[in-house]
Amino acid sequence: MEEIAILGVGMHPWGKWGRNFVDYGTAAANEALEDAGVDWNDVGFVSGAVTVRCGYPGYVAGSTFARALGFNGAQVASSYAACASGATALSVARGQILSGAADVALVVGADTTPKGFLAPNEGDRPDDMDWLRFKLVGATNPVYFGLHARRRMDLYGATSEDFARVKAKNSRHSVHNPRARFTKEYDVSDVLNSPVVSDPLRLLDICATSDGGAAMVVSSLEYARAQGVSDPVRVAGISTVTPTFPDTVIDLPYIATDSAAGSTPASRGFKTSIGDRVYAEAGVGPEDVDVAEVYDLSSALELDWYEQLGFCAEGEAEKLLRDGATTIGGRLPVNPSGGLGAFGEAVPAQAIAQVCELAWQLRGHAEGRQVEGARIGITANQGLFGHGSSVLVRR
Amino acid sequence: MSRDNSTGEQPKTRVPAVEGLHTMEGEAHLIGGKVPGRETYFFPKHLAGGDPAASGAVELEEVLLSRVGRVWSYTSSDYTPPPPFAAATDPYEPITIAAVELEKEKMVILGQCVAGVTPDDLSIGAGVELVIDTLYEDDEHEYMVWKWKPLETQQS
Repeated sequence: MEEIAILGVGMHPWGKWGRNFVDYGTAAANEALEDAGVDWNDVGFVSGAVTVRCGYPGYVAGSTFARALGFNGAQVASSYAACASGATALSVARGQILSGAADVALVVGADTTPKGFLAPNEGDRPDDMDWLRFKLVGATNPVYFGLHARRRMDLYGATSEDFARVKAKNSRHSVHNPRARFTKEYDVSDVLNSPVVSDPLRLLDICATSDGGAAMVVSSLEYARAQGVSDPVRVAGISTVTPTFPDTVIDLPYIATDSAAGSTPASRGFKTSIGDRVYAEAGVGPEDVDVAEVYDLSSALELDWYEQLGFCAEGEAEKLLRDGATTIGGRLPVNPSGGLGAFGEAVPAQAIAQVCELAWQLRGHAEGRQVEGARIGITANQGLFGHGSSVLVRR
Repeated sequence: MSRDNSTGEQPKTRVPAVEGLHTMEGEAHLIGGKVPGRETYFFPKHLAGGDPAASGAVELEEVLLSRVGRVWSYTSSDYTPPPPFAAATDPYEPITIAAVELEKEKMVILGQCVAGVTPDDLSIGAGVELVIDTLYEDDEHEYMVWKWKPLETQQS
């Protein structure tokens, strides 16, 4: 797959700021433009990641941010894929650049998120799976995280201490990230002493919901060279795959899996297929990865990703964690940013923020949390309703 | 669809919390969809996905799904889920939720467990059966839903 350049990245710090989401996205975009040394008027395409929590301006996020920056006539698109929206917005921008329709594009997403459980749209909505799961089962997002955590315990002997170690590791990383919302260092006992949310997971195992914004300026490699950037961080692969039928693993927002009675499931499950696609596009494998940002909606889900991205064999994630391999200084640091546990979900910004962190890491600019010598990084993430999301970057 | 409850107090009408997903009389079953000529099932039927091996427009058959299965995983919601969830008790009592694999249909279906079952009572692989039980009630109605209940042989 042809590559594109990441010329600049920017983020508004995550938190509970209570302001309009447009402010966060605009701040992130301005930082990314400044970082890139690109004049806003040279941006030919704006790719917005949509928020569904902020009314109409959120549905047309690309246009909303373009207007806030000052309409410049750029072409625009807005993408929604739940937590995967940022990767989708990046893939749309890549398509525009590689087709020659635009030389340089701005990818941006931001959100203002209410406190507490994410909830479905209001009204009586029996035709909406996202409504049914809350109405009939009380299946919040952490319920699904709890189901998967329990499977790890049963299948692989994972313990609550293992899950707490993930949080402790990521909290140590977050201390050095000025953009993270939670920068306090937690130890295993802090996690184990927090209240149960969805057995076996506790409050500190589960990510919060936050306000935040993230942006990047991407371009063709020719444009980057013309700007005098000879060795940019490059996007080498993007995965936005859907599952293949029958998908036999229960996941958000469904209340039932597909039936495998009449069909054989694929040998590689949905979440494994997310990484497969991005490795194939980039022409590299898990053994080449130096650093990863993965979606730790819960601490236990981070362990799942180690296996799904091929960092270790199935059932060996706890060992990889306990051996320190995924801590900064280890052989394959995971979530050097602090991860979602330190940020909280700001849905349309999250997949972009993962790439921002990798860009800083690959440039050697991640002060205090630098993964030394990182050349290849991968993100992984998943949006409900079957949206895979992974981006592979290299330098 | 209605019958008196057994408490002897003011009788309430039992209605499904959402129409058409499970039986209300006789044996408790979920009502699923089946691709004609194939062993492919969906639940709920009205929100079925597609089976890519079934070509063209498919009119799903209505079928009753197996009423026993084995626990695939389980968890709890110790905090009150947000609306549209309506709690059965005030104050809220944590609910236990099981994902249950049906052997014949080879699919996993989520549901609350009946009151009194905690995660400590469950284990992966344990047998459970489907019952139709009260989700919540108001002054006139009991709103019914499916729940999972551990099989007697599985209780210690």
